[in-house]
Amino acid sequence: MSTYRIHGATGEWEVVIGLEVHAQVTSNAKLFSGAATAFGAEPNSQVSLVDAAMPGMLPVLNRECIRQAVRTGMAIKAQINRWSRFDRKNYFYADLPQGYQISQLYHPLVGEGSLLIDADEKAGIPEDKVIGIERIHVEQDAGKLMHDQHPSMSYVDLNRSGVALMEIVSRPDMRSPAEAGAYVRKLRAILRYVGSCDGNMEEGSMRADVNVSVRKPGEPFGTRTETKNVNSVRFVMQTIEHEARRQVEVLEDGGTIVQETRLFDPGTGTTRSMRSKEDAHDYRYFPDPDLLPLELDQAFLDECLASLPELPDAKRQRYVEQLGLSAYNAAVLTAEVETARWFEALLLASAEAQGKPPAEVAKQAANWLLSELAGALNKAGHSLEDSPVSPERGAELLALMGKGTISGSIAKQVLETMLETGDAPGAIVEREGLKQESDTGAIEAAADAVLAANGDKVEQYRAGKQALFGFFVGQTMKAMQGKANPQVVNEVLKAKLG
Amino acid sequence: MSELTQLGVKAIRDGVAAGTFTAREVAEACNEAVAAAAELNAFIVTTPERALEAAGRVDADRAAGRELGLMAGVPIGMKDLFATRGVQTTAASHILEGFVPQYESTVSSKLWDAGAGMLGKLNLDQFAMGSSNETSYFGNVSSPWRKRGSNAALAPGGSSGGSSAAISARLCPAATGTDTGGSIRQPAALTGICGIKPTYGRCSRWGIVAFASSLDQAGPMARSVEDCAIMLEAMAGFDPKDSTSLDMPVPNWSGALEASLAGKRVGIPREYRMEGTDPAILKSWDDGIAWLKDAGAEIVDISLPHTQYALPAYYIIAPAEASSNLARYDGVRYGLRDLPAGANLQDMYAATRAAGFGDEVKRRVLIGTYVLSAGFYDAYYTQAQKVRALVARDFQEAWAKCDVILAPTTPNAAFPLGEKLDDPLAMYLNDVFSVPASLAGLPAMSVPAGLDADGLPLGLQIIGKPFDEQGVLNAGLAIEQRAGFTAKPERWW
Repeated sequence: MSTYRIHGATGEWEVVIGLEVHAQVTSNAKLFSGAATAFGAEPNSQVSLVDAAMPGMLPVLNRECIRQAVRTGMAIKAQINRWSRFDRKNYFYADLPQGYQISQLYHPLVGEGSLLIDADEKAGIPEDKVIGIERIHVEQDAGKLMHDQHPSMSYVDLNRSGVALMEIVSRPDMRSPAEAGAYVRKLRAILRYVGSCDGNMEEGSMRADVNVSVRKPGEPFGTRTETKNVNSVRFVMQTIEHEARRQVEVLEDGGTIVQETRLFDPGTGTTRSMRSKEDAHDYRYFPDPDLLPLELDQAFLDECLASLPELPDAKRQRYVEQLGLSAYNAAVLTAEVETARWFEALLLASAEAQGKPPAEVAKQAANWLLSELAGALNKAGHSLEDSPVSPERGAELLALMGKGTISGSIAKQVLETMLETGDAPGAIVEREGLKQESDTGAIEAAADAVLAANGDKVEQYRAGKQALFGFFVGQTMKAMQGKANPQVVNEVLKAKLG
Repeated sequence: MSELTQLGVKAIRDGVAAGTFTAREVAEACNEAVAAAAELNAFIVTTPERALEAAGRVDADRAAGRELGLMAGVPIGMKDLFATRGVQTTAASHILEGFVPQYESTVSSKLWDAGAGMLGKLNLDQFAMGSSNETSYFGNVSSPWRKRGSNAALAPGGSSGGSSAAISARLCPAATGTDTGGSIRQPAALTGICGIKPTYGRCSRWGIVAFASSLDQAGPMARSVEDCAIMLEAMAGFDPKDSTSLDMPVPNWSGALEASLAGKRVGIPREYRMEGTDPAILKSWDDGIAWLKDAGAEIVDISLPHTQYALPAYYIIAPAEASSNLARYDGVRYGLRDLPAGANLQDMYAATRAAGFGDEVKRRVLIGTYVLSAGFYDAYYTQAQKVRALVARDFQEAWAKCDVILAPTTPNAAFPLGEKLDDPLAMYLNDVFSVPASLAGLPAMSVPAGLDADGLPLGLQIIGKPFDEQGVLNAGLAIEQRAGFTAKPERWW
């Protein structure tokens, strides 16, 4: 149970949130035309006769978009409707060439499903929570108006016109901005695992309509408002915070909430009214007579299912149960598909390089990836996706550590060189003479020299100042230029100091 | 006028192939006839150079011994609802005046590939909405027919009124038509020619300006059943660009024509015997029954009980789809733009559409918008779809008893221009016999049956099972052979 509450003058208020996420389907071609979909192309360079709604043009369904939406539905364990249909949503706007959007109102492709958001104590999500998903339907995107090209006129770019979107409609199951944020992040992760949407919110590949209402705990749902086209997780959370507080203020001042469409202003973090229900469009939905109902056969569904990758929840569980990773590490490694992919490549190469089963090298690999590599990449201004170090090279480094050829601290040094030069760790160790010294003789000689040079400290140590042990280790290591096996150094010093 | 203009599709094609005359001679004769008939206003634009170019290619192909197409050397008229690359395409509207497509409709390009040439773009009711060709922005089309002893201008029918007028006036041997609720069959009947609307999906709708997508279907209009069969073969075929296109092979209809109806059963729907129908129409229906019996068919009485609801359902479904299909004419990307000083986007829409659409188009857009709006959708649109399903089921059940259905095409002969213009309901009633087959997506054709007392042509309608254009054409041929219809309008233009 979420404990998130708005503290009003009249007591505590609970927030009820539902999200409609529009996710652009990953596909080379648009939903009903062969035009390309690449982001950032010259305005109106990716527009077919169909997209421009020339007279007599007809839509032809792109099966790949349907396949991606079905796979997405399967990933949220939703009912896949083997019979669905496209409807026209009629309204006039300059970015909508046909004068209608082809969507699915009456018979969506994907029915009831759900998504699990993970407990996050710090964010105020005390336990895992299932968020219901009502439906996913497939529809066309509109074009884009450009208001900055001419002093008195607006221009229209139809590149986006007709691009396939999935509208993923949640149940009003969320109760805090944190839950909504976790939902969007999880949904984005699943879409990226499935490969049905790149989840790129900056480029508009994913955006959310945020439905918010407030109520006194235990009372029926209040009237909701819908804030359109919010395009980041942070903005979704800000929208909810602002909108919930605004609604409480209105209600506590004796007002009523009007069902309306609102806009989020990222500059101020506030929402403002766009249009109320009274001037809402009458969309005059009706079945698109240019398209036949969409019927899916079993072979198609089988292929969709077979093509699904292991999804984050299953992966996380496997990492804990089979690889022995901590719940935290497993969660972090599986949160993004790129991280999981990188980790699995590292794990595979590590197991091979060290001649051990994956479960035996998994912890080492996980820890190194999440602390050493992540930290070093971050410092160098890189992310895992554009890491100059490949998983295979990382595995080589881990193997050098695993075999005791280099120490952990040398490994850090080697990693930095790898990031700078792109060289193989073995070559770096060889070239810079970083091989770890385990020869007791050399270490003993160095230890003797250190102890002899620091007679006073040896006295103090023997008198009980145990903390000085670290000093002796450090000095010995320094004398060995960091290449001594720390374990051997420890043993030698312990023996000599008695 | 040259004798060549009197020839039909097959006669021209075969004559060109045999070297009796050249395609160029035919094109020149037709171009001349078209140029001399401006008074009929059958064409919105003429393209004599296109007809000559196509003829030149056919003559060259023949000289080179190359194989000639189904329509080789046949100049035709193209209803101005088909997009033609480089030639203005208007749907007879002001809003598309000056619109020159960069693409060619599937049906027209199939015809050009088959060796046909284009004489021009034929006038029609605006956006194919009308039954008299009086709603065109480019003026009425006059029928070449006149009542005996009268000079009053008559309607050529609609919406393919330019097509019917041009063919019956011998300006061209054939033309394309489109039929949404009767727009091929009714004008064919009113001008004494043949026209067939094939099964919904036979001809691609790609590149045809849409009126009502679930009903629109292209088809040929010509002066004989065989000519219609030949031209339909050239027009039909699966098109991956039209999702409602039928993925079926195109039969050799003309080769399989058979006028004997031995073993066939012809259904006579009792509900089509409607009050107010012209007695001459009923008489020609009886003639048709006798002719088909003579051709060897068994005549059976059938019932299509939901017939009376077909017309009202049609006038909900067709305008509903039209209101949405015509939303793209908004002044933003092409066609007319009316941008009053200081206008915002909404003002531009309003001004453009007010100036660009005629009254009948506006009427149907308003009706369509109304029947789809919240609170009325179920009462009108959903109900009309149910009626449509029942009408289709009536036919489905009838096919257990008969192979084709014979009925009148129209409740009356050609009427004077202007007579029904102020009474939309009277005008809509002209479609009463043609609309049921449209709602059911069935193939149906009109063939001339004779003249009424005023010397005006009357048509008979044959409706067939889905995909059975052959059965429809065969029954049409049986009537054609027995009706002996040779009348043609006397030239006054």
